[in-house]
Amino acid sequence: MSAFSGREIRVFLAAAALALAAALPLADQGYYLSLAVNVAMYAVLCTAWALFSGPTHYISLATAAFFGLGAYTVGLGIDTVPFAALIAIAGLVSAIVAALVGLATLRLSGVYFVIFTLGLAELTRQVVTWLQTNFTTGVGLYVFTDLAERHIYWMLLALGAAVYLSGWLIARSRLGFAMRIIGNDETVAAHVGIDTAVSKVLLFMISGAFIGMVGAILAPRFAYIEPPAAFNPMISFQVVIMALLGGSQRLWGPLVGVIPFTILFDFVSGQFPNHTNLMIGAAFMLVVYFIPNGIVGVMERLRLRLGLRKTPSASGQEKAA
Amino acid sequence: MEIIVTGVLLSGTYALIALGLTLQYGVARIMNLANGETLVAACFAAFWIYTATQVNPLFALVAVMPAAFALNWAIYSLLLRPLVRRAKNRGMLEVDSILATFGLLFILQGLMQLGFGGGYYSYTFLAVPFTILGSPFGLNRVVAFIAAAVIAVALYLFLNRTRQGTAIRAVAVDPVAAGLSAINVDRASAFAFALGGALTAAGGTLLSTFYTFDASMGVVFTMKALIIVIMGGVGDVRGAVVAALLLGLAETTVASLIDPGLTLAATYFLFVLTLLFRPQGIFGRSTA
Repeated sequence: MSAFSGREIRVFLAAAALALAAALPLADQGYYLSLAVNVAMYAVLCTAWALFSGPTHYISLATAAFFGLGAYTVGLGIDTVPFAALIAIAGLVSAIVAALVGLATLRLSGVYFVIFTLGLAELTRQVVTWLQTNFTTGVGLYVFTDLAERHIYWMLLALGAAVYLSGWLIARSRLGFAMRIIGNDETVAAHVGIDTAVSKVLLFMISGAFIGMVGAILAPRFAYIEPPAAFNPMISFQVVIMALLGGSQRLWGPLVGVIPFTILFDFVSGQFPNHTNLMIGAAFMLVVYFIPNGIVGVMERLRLRLGLRKTPSASGQEKAA
Repeated sequence: MEIIVTGVLLSGTYALIALGLTLQYGVARIMNLANGETLVAACFAAFWIYTATQVNPLFALVAVMPAAFALNWAIYSLLLRPLVRRAKNRGMLEVDSILATFGLLFILQGLMQLGFGGGYYSYTFLAVPFTILGSPFGLNRVVAFIAAAVIAVALYLFLNRTRQGTAIRAVAVDPVAAGLSAINVDRASAFAFALGGALTAAGGTLLSTFYTFDASMGVVFTMKALIIVIMGGVGDVRGAVVAALLLGLAETTVASLIDPGLTLAATYFLFVLTLLFRPQGIFGRSTA
């Protein structure tokens, strides 16, 4: 009984946090909204990333590739296709690319996957640039819409809610159960009859589709899309570090990392633009050597030490913070 | 013909970088993604030595290689050994070392950007034509290739003809069994990691004689080196050299026949072929 009501409280808190976040553009339309768009963007990216990389422990660096593909889908189709349809197409294109990458690498060990995704953004950038210079008129694309910053923000929030819902559903599905077994011991998973490669590819496709949709939603914000900006490899690394900083073992973990990191990164890149690489490097070191399970891991250990063994109900409060 | 010679000349430097990485990953079991940064640092070192003191980059190797050796030994002892000790299995070590070397990558790249800025650097060394089979090629490229070949042969002899080299090969095959036959695995790993760094630095020094470099190009070279290592088979010196040749040829062919902007696509094409047909490497035996 108590577990059921506890879940009700959590759902209520999550909804309240979402409503509160959605009300933000009413208070400010300038700097804070722009910062909130960044936070929302990375929150969706990191959560989508952790959908795949959390249970499998495979570090995907393909984020920038999916993101760029999403932005390009919008750039190419904005004059002829409705925006909502373009977001769906962006998700589909990214899922197809994810399937191809997954089929080539996920049958083998994780290292091949990391290496392949490491260069994927650069590869897509080269191919897109080549296609554009040889088969179209110019390299850049203009995206003019009447969508304001707050519309982008609301779309990101809605997508974020969809990612959370999918994550929650996946965790309760056969696929989620299979992934937990694969994450713990792949040999065991194969022996109990799980097609490990297919499960991993499916999950990677879902994760990639969401990332592509984020790219599509943010395309109007760029206004002018060109390959180096759309396929910026830094996005991949930032997503990895934020998700791991928060903790990729829980669905809401990445969010805990995204909020402080995005704000800090915004500050550092504003005040000390030449030190952003050092900051990212230091964050990686921090995660590897001091908090391997992320902030969430630290919080859970603290809670255990304090003797409060109740299952996490802090998730809703975290979102509001 | 011109394409083939250019490709072969380019592949000499690639081979050195990839040999460095294959030692680090195959023997020390560290997937060093900051390998490209060692390369870039060596480029800058050679640049600095050449412009400040007019010392020939080939002699600069004598200073750069030991410095890189010491630096990489320090990196291994201070940063990576704790990870090796705490890892329960190979998979965990892989994830940890990938993340740690990412951190290292950004820190080194950030430091170099602070020191040298984001601009492009190059210097002129032996930029005179040298005729091979009727076509002119830069003498600096030819010299770099010869130097790379000499270093690679020296490495091959070291690994196959000396006690220390045999110990390293034993660790590459099986660290546990190597430990049982009285090889200090920890020391051999540190040595292999440092040696790998020195080889990569040598590659960087040679590369800087004919290539325009900047502080943030390391990742691209890490990428190429990784693909060469996978193609050649992890820890396989012979395979790495052959794979480097293939990659150099493929890149030059694509760059001169299709588009210079598609070199990475050529690299990936080879990579995908390897993954699909010979994931164990060109000379690898299919064990699993």
